[in-house]
Amino acid sequence: MSRLSELFKKQNERVLNVYCTAGFPQHNSTIQVMESLQENGANIIELGMPYSDPLADGEVIQSSGNVAIANGMTIDTLFAQLTLMRNSIHIPVVLMGYMNPILQYGFEAFCKKAKAVGVDGLILPDLPLYEFEHIYGKTVQENQLDFVFLVTPETPEERIRKLDSLSTGFLYAVSSSATTGQDKDFSKVALYLQKLQAMQLKNPVLVGFGIKDKETFDAVCAFSNGAIIGSAYIQALSKGNSVQETTAQFLKAVLK
Amino acid sequence: MHSFNQNINYQDPSAEGYYGDFGGAYIPEMLYSNVETLKTQYIQIMQDPAFQREFHALLKDYVGRPTPLFYAERLSKEIGTQIYLKREDLCHTGAHKINNTIGQILLAQRLGKKKIIAETGAGQHGVATATVCALNGMECVVYMGEKDIERQAPNVARMKMLGATVIPAKSGSKTLKDATNEAIRAWINEPNDTHYIIGSVVGPHPYPDMVARFQSVISDEIRKQLKIKTGSELPTHVVACVGGGSNAAGAFYHFLNEQTVELIAVEAAGHGVYSGMSAATTQLGKPGILHGSKSILMQTEDGQVVEPHSISAGLDYPGIGPLHAFLYESKRGTFTSATDEEALEWAFQLSEMEGIIPALETAHAFAILPKMNFKPTDVVVVCLSGRGDKDLATYMQVMDSKK
Repeated sequence: MSRLSELFKKQNERVLNVYCTAGFPQHNSTIQVMESLQENGANIIELGMPYSDPLADGEVIQSSGNVAIANGMTIDTLFAQLTLMRNSIHIPVVLMGYMNPILQYGFEAFCKKAKAVGVDGLILPDLPLYEFEHIYGKTVQENQLDFVFLVTPETPEERIRKLDSLSTGFLYAVSSSATTGQDKDFSKVALYLQKLQAMQLKNPVLVGFGIKDKETFDAVCAFSNGAIIGSAYIQALSKGNSVQETTAQFLKAVLK
Repeated sequence: MHSFNQNINYQDPSAEGYYGDFGGAYIPEMLYSNVETLKTQYIQIMQDPAFQREFHALLKDYVGRPTPLFYAERLSKEIGTQIYLKREDLCHTGAHKINNTIGQILLAQRLGKKKIIAETGAGQHGVATATVCALNGMECVVYMGEKDIERQAPNVARMKMLGATVIPAKSGSKTLKDATNEAIRAWINEPNDTHYIIGSVVGPHPYPDMVARFQSVISDEIRKQLKIKTGSELPTHVVACVGGGSNAAGAFYHFLNEQTVELIAVEAAGHGVYSGMSAATTQLGKPGILHGSKSILMQTEDGQVVEPHSISAGLDYPGIGPLHAFLYESKRGTFTSATDEEALEWAFQLSEMEGIIPALETAHAFAILPKMNFKPTDVVVVCLSGRGDKDLATYMQVMDSKK
């Protein structure tokens, strides 16, 4: 059983997935950030691979990616940093990124290496369903990686079922059609999450985009298995002094 | 020499938007419903006779089509061949861009959209979009790189006068690539009643095909006009500049499946193809994904998109439409390039020789003419995609420096 499946078997509510950008704030801070997240109560780590043109991301994550690229972060470097990750990180780790850098690395080589260093799954927001089914999905499955699709309030029910059937680990419910880091109207989000709940999907549902603090985390946890926090944590990291202190304070405030 | 495979229909992508290996719709789920609606409806809407009537009436009475096909006598003599200029510079707003914006705004209305967003490089597409929005009373927001706002000030002023809001794109190289990123992000964040009018044959399927179809009026007219002037619908060569590649797609379209016609695409070589300051995508790029489609892309070994350089804002783009990537890879098209300096030189040559001041983008297409070894019997059509008013500040600098 995958680490993600085991996690959701033990805990099916208030699962907290925190996004961080590899190579941010420092070139060598990747593992330190991940350890702090684990230590302070995150249940899953979503590790972002920086890209020059991240279409789904708002300004905060874009600029963390630019810092990381300037710091010299590449997929190669990242895998080198993650080689000994499983000595200290025991919670599930999901890689998030865009297709272009992965294609340059080689999709199959990427999946093999990800599995080898102990990555559990992938979130690739610009890999569409059609290409996943016809070209890339097989490689993901052969390497026993989970694959997480996104659904939005605009996604038709039939398509949600299809995306759920192709996903493993969890399903990523985008809170509204928007880029990351925007404020949301959570009364609308609640209706959408209730609809997803009523569909009795195969996968646990984690809600992302616009989740930034205890209030928004609690709001979506009422109708889902948990949530993903990204921009708000990156913003805290970019302001904070030490990774350890910032992470402890940030997660304490969300989980209190 | 170009190669041609009779078993390939070069015009039409597959149902999923692929030209060979290039194309597709690599978009986040947040754009799915917008793009899917377009994908399932664009052909049907465009083929509706009422749509066609309205589209062609506007092209005729508002844009001023058909644009002339002009035999450039002095230029022909200079180059030693027969050169015809397709005068897209005479379109309303000064470039071919409006062919596409007229088509897309009519389509947006039929899809019930209330607001339009667009990206622009040189500002020609932004002006063409602002124009059709004014014509139809629709709200218009144009994303434009901060660097391009500086170097294309007249077009920024025109957009504002036409009632559009111009939002500077401040990320990355602050040029067309980043304006496109910002427009796509804005589209994700807008409610579903917003339509994104992409200005070139780039973006997720169905945009490359849809824009190529709207621009194909250029080659449709060339065929008819050439028949009258030469007795044959077919030239030996068609030449066009390529950034994303919309004027080239339009000028090539009805010749794509004509074996005898050589299609010549001219990219911007900036300071020189291998100078590190270039936008010659096919020469410097590798297959990759940008702005929702798989194509050829200038990038680092690690797959980060490279910031291109061209003196012309409209060609300053690290990618190329998937149709063009396929024409390049299959060798159906001949891809070459012209430097900033050559383009500037030819902007002046064309002005002095034919009395036509071309846009900097367009000047690239002329700069390669002396190098192509055309025969005296060849019939060469050059797509004169835009006029040079917007580039006067650059041209004035050149004249000042020569004093």
